[in-house]
Amino acid sequence: MAVQQICTVVEMTQLDASTWWMVLEVGKLVKRHGLTGGQFLHIKCGDSRLLRRPISVARTQWDEPEDTAALIFEVRGEGTRWLSQRRGGDKLDVLGPLGNGFNVSDGSRYLLVGGGIGVPPLMEYGESPKWSKVAVLGFRTKNKAFPAIVSRFEEHCEQTYLCTDDGTLGRHGFVDGQVRDILAKGHSFTDILACGPKPMLKSVAAVAAEFGVPCQVSMEERMACGIGACLGCAIRMKDGTMRHVCKDGPVFHAEEVDWDA
Amino acid sequence: MREAYHFLPDATVGNAGNGCKSAPAFPVPERPDTSHIDMAVELAGVHLKNPVAVASGTFGFGREYGEFFDLSQLGAICCKGLTLHSREGNPPPRIAETPMGILNSVGLQNPGVDAFIAGELPFLRQYDVKVIANISGNTPEEYGIMCGKLSEAGVDMIEVNISCPNVKAGGLAYGTRPDLAAEVTREAKRHSSVPVMVKLSPNVTDITEIAKAVAGAGADALSLINTLRGMRIDVNTRRPILKMNTGGLSGPAVLPVAVRMVWEVSNAVDLPILGMGGVSTGEDAAQLMLAGASAVAVGTALFDDPYTPLKVRDGLAELAARQGLDRLRTLTGGVRPW
Repeated sequence: MAVQQICTVVEMTQLDASTWWMVLEVGKLVKRHGLTGGQFLHIKCGDSRLLRRPISVARTQWDEPEDTAALIFEVRGEGTRWLSQRRGGDKLDVLGPLGNGFNVSDGSRYLLVGGGIGVPPLMEYGESPKWSKVAVLGFRTKNKAFPAIVSRFEEHCEQTYLCTDDGTLGRHGFVDGQVRDILAKGHSFTDILACGPKPMLKSVAAVAAEFGVPCQVSMEERMACGIGACLGCAIRMKDGTMRHVCKDGPVFHAEEVDWDA
Repeated sequence: MREAYHFLPDATVGNAGNGCKSAPAFPVPERPDTSHIDMAVELAGVHLKNPVAVASGTFGFGREYGEFFDLSQLGAICCKGLTLHSREGNPPPRIAETPMGILNSVGLQNPGVDAFIAGELPFLRQYDVKVIANISGNTPEEYGIMCGKLSEAGVDMIEVNISCPNVKAGGLAYGTRPDLAAEVTREAKRHSSVPVMVKLSPNVTDITEIAKAVAGAGADALSLINTLRGMRIDVNTRRPILKMNTGGLSGPAVLPVAVRMVWEVSNAVDLPILGMGGVSTGEDAAQLMLAGASAVAVGTALFDDPYTPLKVRDGLAELAARQGLDRLRTLTGGVRPW
């Protein structure tokens, strides 16, 4: 159940001109309310903007006196710019936990597929000792593959494959090519967990379907209330129904999503 | 439960959304005792324990915000707009932020009137709050059928949305022509055994013309304003943000338009008014009441702060206490125009 919580910024690290790693003290949101990576917090970004900004949670930690959550976000507009200007000690008005996160179970084996700013929401899944995992991480270019993030996957995953659109690091090309090669070698996975831009998710979903591997995708849409009341953040499902990123998602089963909508 | 939101370290009553996080630069006036204020109001014979409702389309059927506070603290809930059959609504994006407002084009996504009666109304009935069903139809007959079903199901009031296109009249919105608005009102009244409140569109040249037509057709109350048509364009892609290109503007940006229209309508017709449009504080609500509203609805401000309706209620009580009023309803129509 979501609550409103005043959170304190405990750490702000700038990864590059537009990307920030923020650590928040979140009260008991992790211990008591079950906040996990892949869910999001709906953060009020100053007084001059009406809508909160949904920010994905990268990783969470039980802690004293308060639990903490790491948020890695890109400055995309006025709201996230305001957020990037917060510093240690600043207070934020937060709603959460919101959204579902990936559906995972102990002892499984996951193929984590992230693209760009879609990589951080997979971080907690990549670090967990409860299941085995292989990661495929795609970036536009080498400078965007932040070691602070990539190293977490490299440390904890059986294998971490890197891809860049321009070939400056790892494999030259998109993540779906790498995913295809891995699945073609006959590796078996319980699920693919994917987060990234919609075209990436669409092609990963297509490869997953081809090899018959279940695939969970974390979707994005412009959002208002964040809790399922306003029906703003709709996405169309294959069966013609609408579902809502904030309450039904952000993670959906890839085969249920209408990728041509 | 009156103190529901005061666990927040920065809860400042009557300042919903002002975001004041640090020690205020000026001493905050002591909060007056409001226990003696009579908050109850009447809206077309329906008794509301306080004048604060939530606006249709911003509150679903209450389940989501019901996790944040006890719904019995509200005066009334205007439910998400219903149609005779379920609708999936418009393609996304449906939401665009604008200066102190938002544009939406949700497109009346809803489960249909029967699913509401079977699946949502029993949930709402657990609470001591007036339930106002909001309906939209493609034809006057559809409005009539829905009013019959909802009256029988026992809602407290029906709010008729006349901002939707009339299929028979070539898609022209009912709310923009007095004769069409009156026709829908008559049909709704004929099939209702509960009060009928007609929700007026602000997208007209003279809202009092529509108000008079609707009043003449037998409406028991009016609610206003619905959203204002607007548009936002991404200058880089040159695409509108909304997939439907245009949408309805709501939020603090529209408050002055709402106050003006409530004032005009209250001068033109003798019907109780549920005022709405941009309310986020007790003082905003008081403006609408002074302009002539008997009750007010909070909508878009919920997205900024889920507790806004309670803060508006308490802000109204404190304003009444400061002004030495015992009954909040005496605010209604109290504006002193020049």
